[in-house]
This record gives sequence, structure tokens and C-alpha cells, in this order.
Amino acid sequence: MDGLLLDIGLRHFLFVSLAVFVLGLYCVLTRKNAIGILLGIELILNSANINYIAFSHFSSGGYDGQIFAIFVIMLAAAEAVIGLAIVLGIYQNFSSIDIEAVDSLQG
Amino acid sequence: MPLEALIFYLLAALTIGSALVVAFSHNLVHSAFSLLGAFMGVAGLYAMLAADFVAVIQVMVYIGGILVLIIFAVMLTHRISDVDVSNRAVGRIPAALLIGVVGAVMGVCIGSAEWAQQAEIVASPTTFGIGEAFLGPYILPFELASVVLLVALIGAIVVSRKEIRGQVSDG
Amino acid sequence: MDHPLLVSYLRWIVLFPLIGAIINGVFGAMLQKRFGKKAISIVACSVIGLAFIFALRAFFHLVSVEPEQRYLLDSVLRWIHIGSLQVDIAFAVDPLSGIMILIVAGIGGLIHVYSIGYMRDDEAYWRFFAYLNLFSAAMLTLVLADNLLLMFVGWEGVGLCSYGLIGFWYKEHENTTAGNKAFIVNRIGDAGFTLGVFIIFWSLAESGHGTVIFRDLSHTIHYLEGQMVWGLPAATLAALCLFVGAAGKSAQIPLYVWLPDAMAGPTPVSALIHAATMVTAGVYMMARMHFLFSLSPVALGVVATVGALTALFAATIGLAQFDIKKVLAYSTVSQLGYMVLGIGVGAYGAAIFHLMTHAFFKACLFLGSGSVIHAMGDEQDMRKMGGLREKMPLTFWTFLISTFAIAGIPPLAGFFSKDEILWQTFSGGHQFLWLLGFAAAAMTAFYMFRQVFMVFFGENRADEHTQEHLHESPPVMTYPLVVLALGAVFAGFLGVPIALGGSNIFEQWLAPVFAGGHAGPAVQHHIEATEYILMAASVGIAAAGIFLAYLMYYRRSVSPDIFTAVGGGVPYRAVFNKYYIDELYHATAVRGTLAFSWLSLNFDRYVIDFIVNGVAKVTARVGWAVGRFDDWIIDGLVNALADVTFGIGNRLRQVQTGNLSIYLYVIVGAVAAAQFLPRIPVEVLLPVIMLFVALVVVIGIALWLATRRIPWRLMFTKEGVSQLR
Repeated sequence: MDGLLLDIGLRHFLFVSLAVFVLGLYCVLTRKNAIGILLGIELILNSANINYIAFSHFSSGGYDGQIFAIFVIMLAAAEAVIGLAIVLGIYQNFSSIDIEAVDSLQG
Repeated sequence: MPLEALIFYLLAALTIGSALVVAFSHNLVHSAFSLLGAFMGVAGLYAMLAADFVAVIQVMVYIGGILVLIIFAVMLTHRISDVDVSNRAVGRIPAALLIGVVGAVMGVCIGSAEWAQQAEIVASPTTFGIGEAFLGPYILPFELASVVLLVALIGAIVVSRKEIRGQVSDG
Repeated sequence: MDHPLLVSYLRWIVLFPLIGAIINGVFGAMLQKRFGKKAISIVACSVIGLAFIFALRAFFHLVSVEPEQRYLLDSVLRWIHIGSLQVDIAFAVDPLSGIMILIVAGIGGLIHVYSIGYMRDDEAYWRFFAYLNLFSAAMLTLVLADNLLLMFVGWEGVGLCSYGLIGFWYKEHENTTAGNKAFIVNRIGDAGFTLGVFIIFWSLAESGHGTVIFRDLSHTIHYLEGQMVWGLPAATLAALCLFVGAAGKSAQIPLYVWLPDAMAGPTPVSALIHAATMVTAGVYMMARMHFLFSLSPVALGVVATVGALTALFAATIGLAQFDIKKVLAYSTVSQLGYMVLGIGVGAYGAAIFHLMTHAFFKACLFLGSGSVIHAMGDEQDMRKMGGLREKMPLTFWTFLISTFAIAGIPPLAGFFSKDEILWQTFSGGHQFLWLLGFAAAAMTAFYMFRQVFMVFFGENRADEHTQEHLHESPPVMTYPLVVLALGAVFAGFLGVPIALGGSNIFEQWLAPVFAGGHAGPAVQHHIEATEYILMAASVGIAAAGIFLAYLMYYRRSVSPDIFTAVGGGVPYRAVFNKYYIDELYHATAVRGTLAFSWLSLNFDRYVIDFIVNGVAKVTARVGWAVGRFDDWIIDGLVNALADVTFGIGNRLRQVQTGNLSIYLYVIVGAVAAAQFLPRIPVEVLLPVIMLFVALVVVIGIALWLATRRIPWRLMFTKEGVSQLR
């Protein structure tokens, strides 16, 4: 028990990342607000990054994980930009960012 | 060692706490701002993992760029619509169930798997290595990523601009 | 006979009349209009005259060579060469056909000349002569043919021409009926003829000797001995079939009925066709095929019996007739019976002799009657005639001479020929047949002189108008009468039997032809006393007959009523009405044929058409059913498919709620579920999946069924759902 808690290893980081991921997922699923969903997505991406870095540090000696993490950050930025642009567009058209209100594509 | 553990748990608490606030807060502004805390905590965890460059990038890009953007967006859409932006959760119980299941499964995975670990863990400055990697083996993804950013930029402008035009003509 | 002399002029005997027929037939109407009837008669008579000249040439050619070599052959065209049937269009003259062509061309020529006068007032003059020429060509073909098939061509040809000539005045319905009757009855005979030819050829071909050429047949016919066809001896069957043909052409029982009716045609026609030529074709054919008949005593017996019976039968009918031509017609049938009797007892030469003499006196009698009819203004009933002796002397004398000839009074021709046949019959052992012939001879003498007395003697019983116009015929009509009468006088001397000091040149002349025959003596070897007795008997009975006629019709001392009243008048009426044979035929054969045709018509109309229409109706029904099937089932399936697709699509589109969170749920849920799938054992997984699929299908069908009740456009709208309720 002592070793487990005090001896910080890969598992600890993974559990942290899992917690963030789960919370991010919860955010995505339960939010009605479009931006709220984006927040959840950011959390998920961050958790994935933690995983990358952790594995890079503990399981592999190279920089691959970190490079991937940088790429993820870059793409997260791009995606956030676009997402927010769309949200703004929806807001301008529907005057609301309630995702349940924008159901014009209802089949 | 206890110091390391202590720092770790502090950072973990920051991250997870902020994430909890993000997930469960009724107020969107609160959620957006607590995302800051989450990002900070993550940056700290990066630093603990000897990923100094990435940690700094995290702070600069995520917090300095994305978070600002998000807060901009929140502010822009917050004022006109309801003060209490309808943040009511939709289907909380099913989500909780689902997430519980997923989390449980993954947790069991993490806990029970024999993760391969290096014998020697060396902490060293990474900037040089990453820089070399970006211009070496990873040059193509690097360039492509910059193209993606360009495209995203153009796309964002295009998407937003059409909306504004539409509104001007309507009004 | 084995080495025929090849010549090339025989074809002209046939071709000249044929050319005449074509000219008069095709251009006759125009020629007659342009140049008058003279042109027609010049064409017609010259061609027959040329034929006669060539016939003479052939005859003298025969005379000039040895008896064994007397066989001229003119092969004109290659005709049928198929398998074992090898036959050409070839004409042959031997002693038998030599006589025949002289008779046909000679007497035919005389009748052509006579017709110039007789048909003078007829507008269809050209058609008459065209037919006469065509008939002559056909008859000469028949006689000159060197094989059975070419003979049949001529056989049919004369039948056709006799039809055309009997029904010459076709505007009268009874004439055309008579023509039809002649042709149809002849046809029955022709069927027998062809059947006989087939049997001969077929049976001979079995043993590899198939031929239809006469000179070859005479050598190979013995191969028929012992052969059986359909259970009967081939030779007998073939001979009897050929005899059916001869009976049709030569008017024997039972196919004689056409000849009396054929008197409807112009009198020259009766003279040519029904006295001298066509009716003799049957006798000639049997004489030609004597070698076949000799093989079958049974057939010969049948032939002789039929001939004798016909001779007597026809004579009895002739006793009671009042039409001048009908009397002659029945006497023709009777005399033909004699000829057939001659064939039947193997006296082939005698039969041909009688054929020749009969041609002379019968033609003379017919032409004479024509003269009488012409003078009487087309009156033919003898009861209205009488006393024409003074008004028409030439006609009278020629008629009288011919009547003596036919009665068999020596030294005229008929005596020698008829007596020869009767003697051969008796000496051949057929005494009963001789008796029949003897009785017929008596009757012949009687009724012929009855005719003479009624027509030429006594008071004329016609009306005033007719009496004024009584006159002798013009020379063009009387000259042929004279020639024929001379023939009737002198022709007999060709066949004077040895018994009377002659050498029977006729029989000798024909001997090479009949040498191959088994039955019948070709030349007499010895003289018997019986012959003289029979000769005297026949002359005596003939004289008796003449005397009775004299008493009854000249002196009027014996009344006909004695005979007519016998047996209550029944025999007389029977004889007068020709034994009702025509009525019998009508009731049986004619009615039967008509009934059969009526049956066929109705069978076709009701059974065949019923079946055909039934099939059509069934087809239409089946078509309708198939159409229904197509509509209901096929279209139903297609529509159902469309409906199901639409229904499923209708449901599925509702997955697109437009609700983003639902989408996310689904994605996350699917990913989460995907974590578990590998962990579930297959035994649990498969049933679950199948259950799931089944559930989807059931729900889909249930929804589709719901769509059946509400229109598609209302699907899942509030009104639609309320309608479902």
C-alpha cells in the first residue's frame, strides 16, 4: 500500500488521465450547450496527451510520445478554432447554442 | 520520494478537481474558467514527466490560445442568451452509467495490465531532441500540421464571415 | 419384237392433230371471225388427214417387213428415269396398233368431214373441231404408246375430251350433267387402271424386273406367277384392276351408265367417241396386256362373264327405247360386251376384228341417225319419224346396210366378226356364255330392224312443218356415210374363217402380237362341224328377229302389246326404265357420297372448329389468368418491396434526431460496447446478435403493416398516428 501510493509510477499517471477522460466524456454527453461540449473535448484531448507523455517517459526512451503530444496540441487548437467558428455561426442563425434547439437536420 | 508523491498528488488533485468543476458546473463561465486549472495541472504533470518543452507548449497554446478563444466564445454568446445558459444536463443517469462502465473497464485494464517499463528513466532537456525530430523524421507531419492550421484558419474565417454577411443582409 | 425398227415419223401421227387442236383452240375464235368456218375446217381436216397418211405409211412399212420384225419404235423424249422406273415418251407400231391407228385416223377423218356439215350452224364451230382434234391426238397417243404410263396419258386425254364434247352444248344443264357423269364414271375406271399398273410394276420390281413398257412386259410378265399381293395372286389382282379400267372406258357392267347419257352430245361425237374409238380403248388395252390376262384364268373368266352379261343386258334395254340415239347407244354397249367376251375367252384377234367391223357400221349408223335428226329438225323420238326412205335415200341405204351388218347377216362384216367370237366362246368350253351371246344376237337383229322400220318405213308421223323440211343431207355428210357403208360391206372379208374357205388374213396379221399368249388359239387348226351348225344357228336366229320386227313394225300384224303386257307389264317397264339402274346408283353411290361430304362438312364445322375455337378460348382464359397473376402477385410483390423499403427508410430516418447529444451517446455507447464484444464468448454473442436482428425485423414488419393502413405521407405525423389508432 505504501509502495503503491508513494511510489509514483506509470499507473498513477494513467489513472489521472483516466479520470480526466471520464470527466471529459461526461461533459460531452450531458451538456446541452455547444461550448460545453467543446470543453469536454478539450479535457479528453488533454487526457490523451497525458497518456502519451507518461508512456513516453516510462515505457519508451525516445521523444515520440512528446512529439505526438505536440501534434495533438496543434490539432486541438485547429479544431477548437473551427468548432468555435461553427458555434458562432449556429448562434448567429438560431440565436441560441442549445444543441437541442438546432435540430433542423432532423430526419 | 514523498516530495515527488506529494507534488504528484497535488497536481492530480488540481487537474481532477478542475475537471470535476468543468463537468458538473451549471454555470458555463465557471466551467470555462476552471478549465484553466485543468490545463495548469496537466502542464505541471508534464513537467513531472520530464517533458519540459511540451509543458511550456501546453501553457502557451492551450491556455494562452485555446482557452482564451473559448472564453471569448462564451462571452460572446453568453450575454445575449440566457444568463444561466441552459446547462441542464441531458440524460444524466444514462451518461453516468455509460461512463461508469467505460471507466470501470478501462480502470481494470490499467490496473491489471503489466505495463512495460524502462529500467532506467533519465530526465533530460527535451527541446533539442524534439526540434531535431521535427526537422528530421517528423518533418512531413510537421509541415502537414502547419497546413492543417492554415486550413483551419481559412476555414474559420470563411465560416464566420458567411454568417456575418447573412446577418447584415437580414438586418 | 426384240429388235424394234427405229423410225422417227410416228410422232407426227400424234403431233398433227395436236397442232390442229392448238391452232383451233387458241386462235379458233379469231380465225372463225376473220376467215369463216372454212378456215377452221381446213385446219382440222387437214391435220387428221395428214395423221392418216402417216398412219398408212407406218402400216405399209409394217407390211414391207417380215412378220417377226413388225415393230416400229419412235422414241421421242426421255421422260421418267427414277430408280427402276425407266419410261420414255415413245410411240410403237406393231400389227395391232397399226390397225388401230388406221381405224382412229381413218374413221376419225371421215367424221371430221361429216361434222363440217352437221355443225355448220353452230357458233362454237371452232371449239368443236379443236376438241375433235385434241381427242384424236389423245386417242392416237393411247394407241401408239409403247408403255402403260403414256397409254394412261392418252386414256385420260380421251376422257377429258369426251367430257368436253358430251357437254359441248353446255348451256343446257342436262348436257353438262351428262358430261360430268361420263367423266366421273370413267374416273372410277381410271382408279382401277392405275391400281393395276402399280401392282404390275411393284410386283415385278420385287424380282428386279420392274417395267411398264409393253414389249418388255410381254417377256417378264411370267415373273408375276406365284406372287401374292395382299393375299391374292398378283396377276389376277392386276388383271382385274385393269379390267375395271376397261369396264369404265368400254362401258361394261357396272360402269356403262354414262354411255346412254352421253348421247346428249352432238351426233358426230357419238359416232367418233362412242362407237369407233374411245369405247374401244378398253378392249384395245386388254388386248395389249393379253399376256397378263393369260396368266390368270380367274380374271379371264370374270372378263368373259361380264362381257356376255353386258351384251345381253344392254340388248334387252335396247328393245324398248324410242330415242333413235339411245337405241344405238345400248347397241354399242351390247357390241362392246361381245368384244370383251372375246377377250375373256382368249379370242383376242376375234375381239379386235369385231372392234374394227363395229367401228365401220356403228359409225355409219350414228352418222346416219345424225342425218335423220338433222332432217327432222333435231327430233330424236322414233315415234315421230317414219317413211324417211323416200326423202333420204342415201341415208336410208347406208343405214340399212349397216343394220344388216350389225345383225350379223352374211356376207356383211358383222357376220364374220360376231360369229368368230361366238365360235371361239363355244369351242373354248363356255357354252353358257355362248348362249347369252346368242340370245343377244337375236335381240340385236330385232331391235335394230325395229329401228329401221320405225324410222324409214311407213307413214311419217311428224307434224306438217317438219315434214315440209325433210331433205337429204348435203354431200359433205353423205359421202362419209357411203365410205363407211362400203367398209361395213367389205371389211369382213379380211377375216373370213378357214371354215368358209378363207384364210383369215386378219387373224394371221395379228398372230405375232398374240403369239405369246397361252389361252386361245391364234390360228385355227382344223375345221369342226359344230362351227357350221353354230353359224347357221346365228344366221337363223337373226333372220327370225328381223322377221319379227318386220311383222311388228312394218306389217303391224303383231302388236307390241303382246310383249309389253307379259307379266303384268312389269318386265316391260323394268326394261323401258333401264332396270332403274341409274336410280339405284343415285340412291346409293351418289347419295352416299353426298352424305359423306355433308358429314365431313359438319365434322369440320362442329368438331374441328370446336376444338380449334376451344383451344383459342382456353388460350384466352389462360392469358387472362396469367394477366391476373401478373397483376396481383407480381405487381403485389413489387409494390410490397417498395412499401417495405419505404417503411424501413421512414423509420430509420428518425435516427437522425438532429439532437447532437443523442449522436454522441450513440458513438460513445458503441465504442464502449465494442470494448466488451471480444470478451463475450461466441455461444452467447451469436444468439444475442440473432435475437437483435430478429427484433429489428419484427419491428420493421410491424411498422410496415402499420403503413398499410395509413398513407405514406402521413407516416409518423400526428394525423397519421391518430389514424392508426
